[in-house]
Amino acid sequence: MTAPPEVTGSAADADPEAALQGMPKKAIQGRSLGQIAWLRLKRDKVAIAGAIVIALLILVAIAALLLDRVFDVVHPNEFHQDLIDTQNGTLAPLGTFGGMSGAHPLGIEPVNGRDILARIFAGSWISLLIATLATVLSVIIGTTMGIIAGFFGGWVDTLISRLMDVFLAFPLLVFAMALVGVLPDTAFGLSPEMVRIGLLIFIIGFFNWPYIGRIVRGQTLSLREREFVDAARSLGARGPYILFRELLPNLVAPILVYATLLIPTNILFESALSFLGVGINAPTATWGGMLSDASRFYTMPHFMLWPGLAIFVTVLAFNLFGDGLRDALDPRAR
Amino acid sequence: MSTKTETGAANRRLGEDLLVATDLQKHFPIRRGLLQRQVGAVQAVDGLTFTVKRGETLSLVGESGCGKTTTGRLLTRLIEPTGGTITLDGRDITHLSSGAMRPLRRDIQMIFQDPYGSLNPRHTVGAIIGAPFRLQKVKTEHGVKRAVQDLLELVGLSPEHYNRYPHEFSGGQRQRIGIARTLALRPKVIVADEPVSALDVSIQAQVVNLMEDLQNEFDLTYVMIAHDLSVVRHVSDRVAVMYLGKIMEIADRTSLYERPMHPYTVALLSAVPIPDTSRRDNRERIRLTGDVPSPINPPSGCRFHTRCWKAQDLCKTTEPPLVELSAGHQAACHFPENTTKLTIDPTGAAGSAA
Repeated sequence: MTAPPEVTGSAADADPEAALQGMPKKAIQGRSLGQIAWLRLKRDKVAIAGAIVIALLILVAIAALLLDRVFDVVHPNEFHQDLIDTQNGTLAPLGTFGGMSGAHPLGIEPVNGRDILARIFAGSWISLLIATLATVLSVIIGTTMGIIAGFFGGWVDTLISRLMDVFLAFPLLVFAMALVGVLPDTAFGLSPEMVRIGLLIFIIGFFNWPYIGRIVRGQTLSLREREFVDAARSLGARGPYILFRELLPNLVAPILVYATLLIPTNILFESALSFLGVGINAPTATWGGMLSDASRFYTMPHFMLWPGLAIFVTVLAFNLFGDGLRDALDPRAR
Repeated sequence: MSTKTETGAANRRLGEDLLVATDLQKHFPIRRGLLQRQVGAVQAVDGLTFTVKRGETLSLVGESGCGKTTTGRLLTRLIEPTGGTITLDGRDITHLSSGAMRPLRRDIQMIFQDPYGSLNPRHTVGAIIGAPFRLQKVKTEHGVKRAVQDLLELVGLSPEHYNRYPHEFSGGQRQRIGIARTLALRPKVIVADEPVSALDVSIQAQVVNLMEDLQNEFDLTYVMIAHDLSVVRHVSDRVAVMYLGKIMEIADRTSLYERPMHPYTVALLSAVPIPDTSRRDNRERIRLTGDVPSPINPPSGCRFHTRCWKAQDLCKTTEPPLVELSAGHQAACHFPENTTKLTIDPTGAAGSAA
């Protein structure tokens, strides 16, 4: 391009034809809306920062899963009673800042002296796994129900919409506590821990689908009135073709955005359940469980700092990335 | 803009009836309350009878809400008629199931009004124009891609646009893409729902001329839905004027524009702008007062009597039938206007068209 960059930039925004005239011949390959969204996302520094943090968190979680469960080098449940102040009866860690030292960079817990960094590290994969898989479950159920309700309308729409109302009005926390008390510890030959993880994924995912469902239903309602649906129909397209080839590609963007924004909500919900003691069982390290443990030592609130910070950073990163994604995919919503 | 030669129009008029609508009706039910009981109906289309002959262009004109678009959707069977029959090439398609209709869709296609809404933003131009081949399982000699590129060239776009997306094109170019998709199956009839009304005036002429060229090349039959009387005059062989779901007048273009019989047509034509200022003063501008009545509860008798300056008691009680008042010129009015003398000068281009 020979024109000054700022001139070509504004011309490209205003009129794709004008910009194309200056381009070399090979640039005829079109940019899909996805590619354009990616270009837009790349310019959003905050969203990219969020994405980098998320990528790091995922790497940390995978590393934690491998190091803790496969190679067993993390020892999140190892007691360090020798570092606890048993003389004065406070049961607080010896040393300054909650027992920070070279061996325990974030200090140790009161009473039993477990290493906080090891527990945060070991707890990371559980939080992310539960939040992600629960979100996947919500997206699958929500998209299916929403698209059916929006596309078919009539009594099907009424039925599904009322069902969504029931789910949204459901006292989820109470239900979760009751369910966890009733169900057996082991099932299908899985360990109690795995059963509990599966149960949490099911509870969180199964009761959150109406949020995705409503958005998908609304989008489908407006999309099915667009003329390209009539055009497909006038060419003889069947229902499934219209649903999967015409409507679904237009729904990917909102689904992706709300899935990204649902993950932090699910992380918080899993933490809340663990905090209330109906999440993952006691010895296993989780961020919510660590907060719960720390809350018993209200005279030493700094033990809440580290798990709280972990949850805060993770939720913030997902929210910033989700917001950026929404702006990139739908610039009109700003 | 070049107008059609009279000989060309005369040759087409010899064609047989390709698309016939008989007493076509579409009532949209209005449902209220808990049990969704039907409390009324929007009589969008209420008894249309017309024929479209092979190779001709029939235009449906009228104000917004008169049922033009509904008629187009009925003809392409996008919506189910409430009553009447539609016959395409001798076959009754009124209540065919979507499965039975599918093979017949190759013969009747539709051009849509909004070039921004009629193309899926997530599909490439190649996928959009190739969709008819895939959906109808049409085998093409050199593959779908080649067929699509041929179509692109046919409508005046570059074959290299194959991989690009609709948002990269202007309104006129998008409408060309829509036309290419319509042509893919080589239909006999194309229903064009206001194909140029969403476009810039300078682009309108290009698209209209493209449609005329394609009509000559592929022997197409058009049902053109429009409200711009200047465009209609340019493209049509015959014109049907609609008001509140009924046909008020249907005639040859020349006959309708120069000797309009229905008062509604007279009023419509008097509203067409005249570019030549010196001729403007000679024309009487008829202003219709009031709004179009609601199609939920249309007026008794003649539907136009509430706004007609010639209305008498007869018009309020008896509905005038659509009758042939002169050769090929039908009107539904008890007191038709000039059958001989010319009271208004329809448009500035009248001389060249006659």
